[in-house]
Amino acid sequence: MYNVVVIGAGIVGALTARELSKYNLNILLLDKEMEVSNGTTKANSAIVHAGYDPYVGSNKARLNVEGNRMFGKLCHDLDVPFKKVGSLVVAFSEEEMLKVKELYERGAANGVPDMDIIQKERLKEIEPNISNDAYGALWAKTAGITSPYELCIAACENAACNGAHIKLNTKVLKIDKLDDGFVVKTGKEDYKTQYIVNAAGLFADEINKMLGGEEFNITPRKGEYCLFDRGQGDLAKHILFQTPTKMGKGILVTPTVHGNLIMGPSSENIDDKYDLSTTDEGLAKVLAQGSRTINKFSRRDIITSFTGLRASVEGGDFIINSPTYGAVNAAGIDSPGLTAAPAIAKELVSMLNQMGLKLEEKDFNPKRHKPKSFRDMTDEEKAEAIEKNPLYGRIICRCETVSEGEIVDAIKGPAGARTVDGVKRRVRAGMGRCQGGFCMPRVVEILSRELNIPYMDVVKDNKDGYIFTGRLKDNLSKGGEADDK
Amino acid sequence: METKKLICINCPLGCSLEVSINKESGEYNVTGNTCKRGESYAIGELTNPTRIVTTSLFVQNGKQKMVSAKTSTEIPKNLIMPSMIYLANIKVNAPIKTGDVLVENILGTGANIVATRTVDKR
Amino acid sequence: MINKDLCIIGGGPAGLAAAIKAREEGIEDILIIERDTCLGGILNQCIHNGFGLHVFKEQLTGPEYAERFIDKVKELNIEYMCDTMVLEVSQEKYATCVNTKDGLVQIKAKAIVLTMGCRERTRGALNIPGFRPAGVFSAGTAQRFVNMEGYKVGREVVILGSGDIGLIMARRLTLEGASVKMVLEIMPYSGGLKRNIVQCLDDFDIPLYLNHTVVKIHGKDRVTGVTIAKVDENRKPIKDTEEFVSCDTLLLSVGLIPENELSKNAGIEIDSVTGGPIVNECYETSIEGIFACGNVVHVHDLVDFVTGESYIAGKGAAKYIKGELKSGSDADTINVKAKNGVRYTVPQSIRISNVEDTVNLFLRVDNIYKDTCLVVKDGENIIYKAKKKVLAPGEMESIKINRKVLEKVKGSKLVVELLKE
Repeated sequence: MYNVVVIGAGIVGALTARELSKYNLNILLLDKEMEVSNGTTKANSAIVHAGYDPYVGSNKARLNVEGNRMFGKLCHDLDVPFKKVGSLVVAFSEEEMLKVKELYERGAANGVPDMDIIQKERLKEIEPNISNDAYGALWAKTAGITSPYELCIAACENAACNGAHIKLNTKVLKIDKLDDGFVVKTGKEDYKTQYIVNAAGLFADEINKMLGGEEFNITPRKGEYCLFDRGQGDLAKHILFQTPTKMGKGILVTPTVHGNLIMGPSSENIDDKYDLSTTDEGLAKVLAQGSRTINKFSRRDIITSFTGLRASVEGGDFIINSPTYGAVNAAGIDSPGLTAAPAIAKELVSMLNQMGLKLEEKDFNPKRHKPKSFRDMTDEEKAEAIEKNPLYGRIICRCETVSEGEIVDAIKGPAGARTVDGVKRRVRAGMGRCQGGFCMPRVVEILSRELNIPYMDVVKDNKDGYIFTGRLKDNLSKGGEADDK
Repeated sequence: METKKLICINCPLGCSLEVSINKESGEYNVTGNTCKRGESYAIGELTNPTRIVTTSLFVQNGKQKMVSAKTSTEIPKNLIMPSMIYLANIKVNAPIKTGDVLVENILGTGANIVATRTVDKR
Repeated sequence: MINKDLCIIGGGPAGLAAAIKAREEGIEDILIIERDTCLGGILNQCIHNGFGLHVFKEQLTGPEYAERFIDKVKELNIEYMCDTMVLEVSQEKYATCVNTKDGLVQIKAKAIVLTMGCRERTRGALNIPGFRPAGVFSAGTAQRFVNMEGYKVGREVVILGSGDIGLIMARRLTLEGASVKMVLEIMPYSGGLKRNIVQCLDDFDIPLYLNHTVVKIHGKDRVTGVTIAKVDENRKPIKDTEEFVSCDTLLLSVGLIPENELSKNAGIEIDSVTGGPIVNECYETSIEGIFACGNVVHVHDLVDFVTGESYIAGKGAAKYIKGELKSGSDADTINVKAKNGVRYTVPQSIRISNVEDTVNLFLRVDNIYKDTCLVVKDGENIIYKAKKKVLAPGEMESIKINRKVLEKVKGSKLVVELLKE
């Protein structure tokens, strides 16, 4: 019997579970994927927005600005990278400068601090590689960049350390309403709970329906991104936006916290909530529009491209409401969802409290410490780390200098990795130049050993993403034919 | 005169060969080869094509999981897949030294399966 | 801090040959550092034959070839550390490495030979659109899984790239019961050896489609198929020719890249065409006393040439340690440039005073050429000329030039190029 079941271990669900774990409550965080953070949270721009973009008076405006204020401390406590690099909305014409002014005024109304409108000269000073066609910009100093999946993983780890339960590979199929709560049916186990938080991302409309709430539809909005090699992040000093259009903030160019450069997203409404494919057209669009802002990049430095799906709803604002007594929705969390997430979490908990959830403070440890990456250690620290744990002396991922010790640590622990990509997202093994060509066999071996599962059963990202089709010769040794042609 | 064009596979030179068969005398004439092996290869391709087969076999009690192996000499092409199926069913034990005969006279071809690496006992 | 005369980074065929030669030239204190659990490098997973025809006059498999050198290293009592990764090489010839037993080890060497080999080009670098399912492998990684770990990577396979690794894997997977549906090659010619087209594709009726590429990968969790298309003269896909091919595995054999992160971080000058260090006649890099040989300098087709090159580097390193290498004054150095059809040459410079009898110039052309002349020119003067029936990018050529000929060179530059006869 749980006090609260949180459905969806993306950034909103993870931070909500963490927020709840500050109190004497039995909390269960569920996700249908094999890893936390496997939905929208793992594929987005990673931007902490300043808050001038959402319409005045909207949920988005309020929660964006509040979330932005909370972000620094949150990342500090959870030991997750966050850089307040500031953002520039760049105008390329007098007309666009009017739009910039509009954003400035909107930002002021939303309570966004530290903003300036700057002209071409100053713009060139602070952003040397900006295109020569730039007229001026809105400079918002409170915007920043972070690592969303690292933050989500860290929040889950911290929530678990503070007593929350996490169950993965668990899809919610049906929710029965009782007098004193709900039964959440998953096909594996049934969970009885007093309260429910719907943070199910792209599928929040389905969970809402199960709860009998007023229906809304989530339309997946596809965004394609291009990722440039480490070192290319120096091309941009700030997050660089273009003036927004109907479909969103447009294509941005930004450094990442790891030193790469990202360009994107494209923006296209689609039907399929599982369509994470990249397209030639989408990528071409990203590069063409990105080059309006900065044209000093080279296509040869592109190391990969990826797609993220945002959950958009009609009306364009977050849906933060109660579908039925005892449950809360956080739906349609597209941009500025990441930024707003800490504030959304607080608001959801407050809503539950208003519905009778007792919030008794307990001994809560807000801090989660990530051990220093081997690659960032000094020689002395490296020697010490290996002395303490010899597995730190075996380098598995040569491109990103990731040791076996770190990979093992990433697998163990409350919200540990279960898949090859889960390891990749936690310690970067496989994210470098060779994209796992050298380290994948070793990572599979370590996962197999640490999770105590057969080598062959290790998967790439989710349970249907099998890597191997069998042990060598198993079809030949049945005395039969080779695989059917 | 029937002529066939082939690429010799004996060495990385990959000489382009032409084999002509004199229908009456049954004689073969090979041109384009740089060495004698090319000549015998060309004739062989027309009469009884053979290949060296290389593969990897599971090892019991070895420091490595698998041992690489090869046929000691060429075997008829049509016995390649049957050999692979045969080899899927045999067990090989460590220690193994390069050159050890793992299977004698596989499928009556006269070729042995020999180890091409050393695998120490675990 | 450990002091060594010679430190060799990588225990594959290049490192092994360099070590053996250096010992034969009198260097005692040698250390080979290898990241895998045993010596041999990539040859350990190259279980097919075709190695050693030049060096041993025999057809050996990869492991057999490697073992000849490993045995010699052991016989000569040359020290080596396995399961050890070099993190950094410095200009001053320090090497920093780690392993589980010794922790962090710093080595100060009188000379270093870089033999780190190469890595495979990736899907990310190609930017193939589509989903990112499981079942997309670079051919070498698939080779490791099959030949060393003992697991099947797929049932129905499409291979992109007709380089040797792709061709070899086409055969290997077929022999282990998979169905290899086709090999696609974006260029109008194959990148692999002709013999491999015969014994890996023709033998198994696996079609090779030149001027084709993969334009999309399908499958959300695991590959379900690929969309292939013909390409035009500019290698751009022709939309009307798109065709869906169902498969559960895509193997990428789309190029090898010399692995020079350590070299770059040491400040060694890299040739932008080869991707490897610029080297002189002794395979010494732009940093005195640091040598490089094998795939880390330029990608080879035959390991026999790697061995030859590595003997030169090993000997060069030995001479350097003994103080016998003449660092050329400008007048003594000849730069070698590639032009007109020749993509690159290695070495890129020659100091005549360090040449004993001959210099081997290795080169690759940038396209298929029929009935041309390969020439080496000193200004307008042709000092070497060879008629070539066929030249292909996938087959490295070598030119032997006599020291006596080099001594007569008037300018400070030699140009290697193709002439139409």
